[in-house]
Amino acid sequence: MASHLPPKPTPQHSTTTAGGMAESGHARPRGLMRWLLTTNHKEIGTLYLLFSLTMFFIGGIFALVVRAELFQPGLQLVQPEFFNQMTTMHGLIMVFGAIMPAFVGLANWMVPLQIGAPDMALPRLNNFSFWLLPVAFLLLLSTLLMPGGGPNFGWTFYAPLSTTYAPPSTSFFILSLHLAGISSILGAINIIATILNLRAPGMRMMDMPLFVWTWLITAFLLIAVMPVLAGVITMMLMDINFGTSFFNAAGGGDPVLFQHLFWFFGHPEVYIMILPAFGIVSAIIPTFSRKRLFGYASMVYATAAIAILSFMVWAHHMFIVGLPLVAELFFMYTTMLIAVPTGVKVFNWVATMFRGSISFEPPMLFALAFVVQFTVGGFSGLMLAIAPADFQYHDTYFVVAHFHYVLVPGALFAILAGAYYWLPKWTGHYPSVRLSQWHFWLSVIGVNLTFFPMHFSGLAGMPRRIPDYALQFADFNLVSSLGGFLFGASQLLFVLVIIKCVRGGEKAPAKAWEGAEDLEWSVPSPAPLHTFETPPTFQPREH
Amino acid sequence: MRRLLVWMAVGVMLSALTPIALANGWNMPVGVTALSRDIYSLHMIIFWICVVIGVIVFGAMFYSLFRYRHSRGAKAATFHEHTSVEVIWTAIPLLILVAMAVPATATLKTMYDASEADLDVMVTGQQWRWRYDYLGEDVAFTSNLSTSREQISGTSEKGENYLLEVDEPLVLPVGQKVRLLLTSDDVIHSWWVPDLAVKQDAVPGFVNENWVRIDEPGIYRGQCAELCGRNHGFMPVVVEAVEPERFEEWMAKRKEAAQQEAMSADREWSLEELMARGEQTYGAVCAACHQPDGGGSPPAFPALAGNQALLEEPERHINVVIDGVAGSAMPAFRNTLSPVEIAAVVTYERNAWGNDAGDTVQPSEIAERLAAQGE
Repeated sequence: MASHLPPKPTPQHSTTTAGGMAESGHARPRGLMRWLLTTNHKEIGTLYLLFSLTMFFIGGIFALVVRAELFQPGLQLVQPEFFNQMTTMHGLIMVFGAIMPAFVGLANWMVPLQIGAPDMALPRLNNFSFWLLPVAFLLLLSTLLMPGGGPNFGWTFYAPLSTTYAPPSTSFFILSLHLAGISSILGAINIIATILNLRAPGMRMMDMPLFVWTWLITAFLLIAVMPVLAGVITMMLMDINFGTSFFNAAGGGDPVLFQHLFWFFGHPEVYIMILPAFGIVSAIIPTFSRKRLFGYASMVYATAAIAILSFMVWAHHMFIVGLPLVAELFFMYTTMLIAVPTGVKVFNWVATMFRGSISFEPPMLFALAFVVQFTVGGFSGLMLAIAPADFQYHDTYFVVAHFHYVLVPGALFAILAGAYYWLPKWTGHYPSVRLSQWHFWLSVIGVNLTFFPMHFSGLAGMPRRIPDYALQFADFNLVSSLGGFLFGASQLLFVLVIIKCVRGGEKAPAKAWEGAEDLEWSVPSPAPLHTFETPPTFQPREH
Repeated sequence: MRRLLVWMAVGVMLSALTPIALANGWNMPVGVTALSRDIYSLHMIIFWICVVIGVIVFGAMFYSLFRYRHSRGAKAATFHEHTSVEVIWTAIPLLILVAMAVPATATLKTMYDASEADLDVMVTGQQWRWRYDYLGEDVAFTSNLSTSREQISGTSEKGENYLLEVDEPLVLPVGQKVRLLLTSDDVIHSWWVPDLAVKQDAVPGFVNENWVRIDEPGIYRGQCAELCGRNHGFMPVVVEAVEPERFEEWMAKRKEAAQQEAMSADREWSLEELMARGEQTYGAVCAACHQPDGGGSPPAFPALAGNQALLEEPERHINVVIDGVAGSAMPAFRNTLSPVEIAAVVTYERNAWGNDAGDTVQPSEIAERLAAQGE
């Protein structure tokens, strides 16, 4: 945990706003070149966040195409081929283009500030990892315009639908995923190097803010599993172009092997998308409860336990693929075990609030909604872990409801909470309270209208990824579609909040929130381009 | 203002969802097999466990949010850890999970015991239909979506079983243990009937096993559950469960029809007969990809109407239908269609939609060719 009180901003460890340019010793490029060549962690962080926001809207539009088609039974707006491309691209863009880069952006901005480092450990690599992303996603989006269309086999791209039966553009999809994967690995290396080497003198590992801890663990997960993804898509590439038969039964291969490899990557991947969210919420709840985080050490251990378990549960995505009984039992037990450390986290957050002094600023609203809604997603996750019941839940809208609850009102709300929490540090202004509250409440209503009915349509028997459905699912889908459009439209308010916040608004002091404790609140708001050029003195808090 | 918004949010959700939840099936069906009832009760137990935990956790949270508000002058306490509490709330969930794992394990073991079946049915997924083989009985057929295109596009009223109806359902006897052997000819499909609590992937090159013993006669509907290409949403499963006596009658009738079909391959068919039969088969089997008007959807599915290669090379045309095209989505129909159907559909494709080959392909030719290749 960080120091009791933020160290006073003294000239010793923080320069003023204009300082960066004058002291860098050479003229900084301007305009486009400034952003293309920047090696500054804050600028790169901003680039990541803006990129992620753009992808969030593109992926959101794809989702709305899906929801519009599902508004009522029958095929009205799009044909099944295009529908499948929309569900696939929505998933790929949101996972690899929106959620992951948003967390990397937050890490770029906040990890150096929270550990008192002047920048990321490998600034040029940082630039490269960001600029790989626009290339990767332009390539991915361009497949929609190619003959035969873009990827249409779901974001999990199961072989042989994604190999023998795939559209010709699949090789481009593979290349774009390779680029995004390289970007993730490089980013993860950079974050690990920064955290392990550049902490302020006196800051031990167990003094680090939880956002730093969760990101450290996430970065190790990324390094462990992105190469597995790279391997599996390379095998696909070989099957498609060079006549190998890794996943083709007719040539001696095994379509189920694809799923083992994919989910060995894929399950840690879903924790990659939630662990940093735990870190953000673990910063916000103590701040607005004006009370230290309950059970700091157990939070760290729980995060590590979840990360380790994530390598032992992958086949719970494959309960109906024809695994032997012993494998089913093993993966059912390990999956149920995950509920324990996850429960510890939720209990700790609640215990932090208990006997606190709680106020409800916008970041806290989003963090509280995260706790409740993520827990709902956790409950359905526990239900899905029960292998016999999964034979009914699997591949239905119940699963769609589950993973959207952990990813949208879960991970995404944590990202929004983080954005509201740190916007004063980024821009020097508080976001408009009134607009933020509208954004919050419309988002909460929209997101629950969209995803809660999906539990029901799934239990009632609606499979996922279908462009048209039987009549008994019509009412649930109508509500989901209306909710989806409400949620999508209310995210425009978020853009408005950001624009207004950048341009002006109530000025924020260095310590923008009364109960905030970590090092980032010791530098001025907005944070100058260069901070902690000499390391701050860090006072560990008594444990 | 804030409280008003909260109540508005709750109100909107409850008023929208309650009537819908009540008017529709909103929970997992209890189903009509002993296993489906076991699974349902596991589902309900874990659901209520979640509800109880949710009430406790959210109760404590909302109590804190209400009771310890800064605006009411709450002063924060300073405690930040408590080892015994932390041990307790790690241990209790662990115990709950062990208690849950016991019945789940028992049910799973029963599900995996497909031994001593009374009847074996091979279920083969194909883009986008199911094929059923009653093993050892010489009865096999494909089961296609029977909802009309007009209903899907909205030009005619949607029927009661919209998208959940087929031309020929899988007929099974009640009270008997039926072993299902699942595989696929192309991509991965998943055979699912919620009322039977059977969902099993059909994986090309592999045979999966599952089983069902249905208690009540009736018609049970489900769908393919694994994304399998463009018509994934149009690949229903319908099971008709009947009394064993009726099942025997049905089986006898099917065998007779199969024999007649085999015999009719020997006689000479006229162009009109072949065209009529071919149109039927084309609609059920080919139109999903090559379109009812033969226009196809290039590049994956070539057009057949006006296709010069097809018109000029009848030999190749027949071979493509029998053997498929390696490395493409075109499957081999050697085992799926009868010689009559192959002859009819080839004749139809050569003479429909302005194609004017004028020739016929006789079922006997196809039968000979298949017999020769079989040797």
